[in-house]
Amino acid sequence: MNAALQATLEFLKLYWGPLLCGVAVVAILPLIVGYIVLVERKIMADMQARLGPMRVGPHGLLQPIADAVKLLIKEDIIPENADKLVFWLAPVLSVGAGLLSLAGLAIGPAFQIAQDINIGILFVVGISALGIFGIVLGGWASNSHYSLMGALRSSAQLVSYETAAGMALVSALLFTGTLNIKSIVEAQSKEGIWFVLLAPVAFFTYLVASIAETNRAPFDLPEAESELVAGYMTEFSGFRWSLYFLAEYTNMIVVASVATTLFLGGWLRPFSGVPWLNFLDFVPPLLLSAIGAYCVLRMPKQPTRVQQLFMLAVAGLCFVVALVLAAPVVLPVIKPSLRAAVAPFYAGIHGGFWFIFKVSLYIYFFMWLRFTIPRYRFDQLMRLGWHFLIPLSIINVLLVGVALIAGAYFHLQGWGLLLVTTPAAVIALVAAFLILAVEKEHDARQEQTAASDFYAG
Amino acid sequence: MLDKVLFYFFAGIAVASAVLMVTRRNVVHSAIFLITALLATAGIFLQLRAEFLFIVQIILYVGGIMVLFVFVIMLVNLDVALQQIQFARQKWVALIVALALAGQVGVMFWTSGKMPGQGLPVLTAAAAEHLPPNSEAVAKSLFSTYLLPFEIASVLLLVAMIGAVVMAKKRT
Repeated sequence: MNAALQATLEFLKLYWGPLLCGVAVVAILPLIVGYIVLVERKIMADMQARLGPMRVGPHGLLQPIADAVKLLIKEDIIPENADKLVFWLAPVLSVGAGLLSLAGLAIGPAFQIAQDINIGILFVVGISALGIFGIVLGGWASNSHYSLMGALRSSAQLVSYETAAGMALVSALLFTGTLNIKSIVEAQSKEGIWFVLLAPVAFFTYLVASIAETNRAPFDLPEAESELVAGYMTEFSGFRWSLYFLAEYTNMIVVASVATTLFLGGWLRPFSGVPWLNFLDFVPPLLLSAIGAYCVLRMPKQPTRVQQLFMLAVAGLCFVVALVLAAPVVLPVIKPSLRAAVAPFYAGIHGGFWFIFKVSLYIYFFMWLRFTIPRYRFDQLMRLGWHFLIPLSIINVLLVGVALIAGAYFHLQGWGLLLVTTPAAVIALVAAFLILAVEKEHDARQEQTAASDFYAG
Repeated sequence: MLDKVLFYFFAGIAVASAVLMVTRRNVVHSAIFLITALLATAGIFLQLRAEFLFIVQIILYVGGIMVLFVFVIMLVNLDVALQQIQFARQKWVALIVALALAGQVGVMFWTSGKMPGQGLPVLTAAAAEHLPPNSEAVAKSLFSTYLLPFEIASVLLLVAMIGAVVMAKKRT
């Protein structure tokens, strides 16, 4: 009897735990994406000296829910001559690929749906790249020229930039010698230095390539509204359109998480190996308490009773999260005997906080770029990819490899590795400027005829 | 038990979508079914605990080659293509090639397990638990035992790539 119970529990742990986590991710993610969109609109408004959404909830905090309701009850239009089945399939494919790749990510040492897969990072990158089929097939099935143009641009863009991104990943993976996500973060913890410092050029190439892969501005040519209406999404409306939207933001989260895991130390606190900087553990709870206090202070300024109550609720939520974050660091100070008992909670909760914090910073950078840099022309985009990023990333892989061999020869470790990787980065930088100079000379030699731009239509 | 269910699930999808891929009239539908067949094959690799092969199949064939396929199909005028003859009728050649392949696979099945070192290797469940990490195992065998074939294949691919670039380049 007992053995049977044990076996059942084992089975449930093996198969139902991940399944439940998956369902939770699918249920919560649209909400998170809705709030990312709200933050983006607020940042855009701030950069353009406006207020942004203000009407629904205090400072527009309920806007995502209003938007979601609007999208769900909108009329769902399928064009007359569309390929109905493919039209139905395409947005689902896009979202499915994004959500599936989330399964491989480790948000903190404890939270990972697909635990300890040997091919971790390749799984995340490879599956999320499948989302491109949603875009291409959706653009084709709409039976519209704008959509088809958007789809063509998108596939050309993804194929061009995936090489550069892959090479950037290889440069970082050279330091770890493993593809397992947990081991990658543990390697950074062991070295005591994040790979962004050891391979800055690779981080830069990954950054640019990841913006291009997620079709974000300044590389958002597949949906360039001034030339293609909305690109591949032109004929989609209501729920299907929102699925594409969800897929785009999910992909942003995925690339940000990959960059965080590989280059920014995953769930590690900044300087996690330095004992005298342990007071940094108190920063997360203090930060959230400060946000909560600010909300309480702003409460009397809200115009209506409901909005005041909502503001208090937000403050309460901040305080609760602050309390949860504070518990594992404050308890050992009060009662040192509890340190060991609290350690797993500390690793899980604070790891999750730092991971989400870094992913948010990366996504904030995306938004910042979007509202700062104007959109590229398509032939410029292709040139940047093929003539600059791909050669640079290949040179960088070679240089990082040579630096690592030199490091092993001199028995360098941790921060000492900087002695060999910094010269490599400098040489890569010189190579980058050389490539740019050659490009410029090439431009000057050619006549000033407009480049024939096939995809511009 | 679970292994068998998974195998027949993926194998069924692979065979069905392969058949559908050949018989569909619309080229894009064919491409979608080819993608499904490739993904199902990747699933079989995973069920055989060849994780690295699984992800390489997805990244290279599905994420790389099929994207280019679909890309090219988009550039083709489908209405004109539909008017043309769908099947290249080379019945006899096809029959001979298919029979030869079936014979080879049959011999593999026939000899497996009968003589040591011949036919399909049989992996027992106990051994499967103690497999070395997959990507490391692949890398080790590629760069030590099979280094020469690996290099030859690389050079061959490089030659094909250069050839494609030379042919595609405009003659000035």
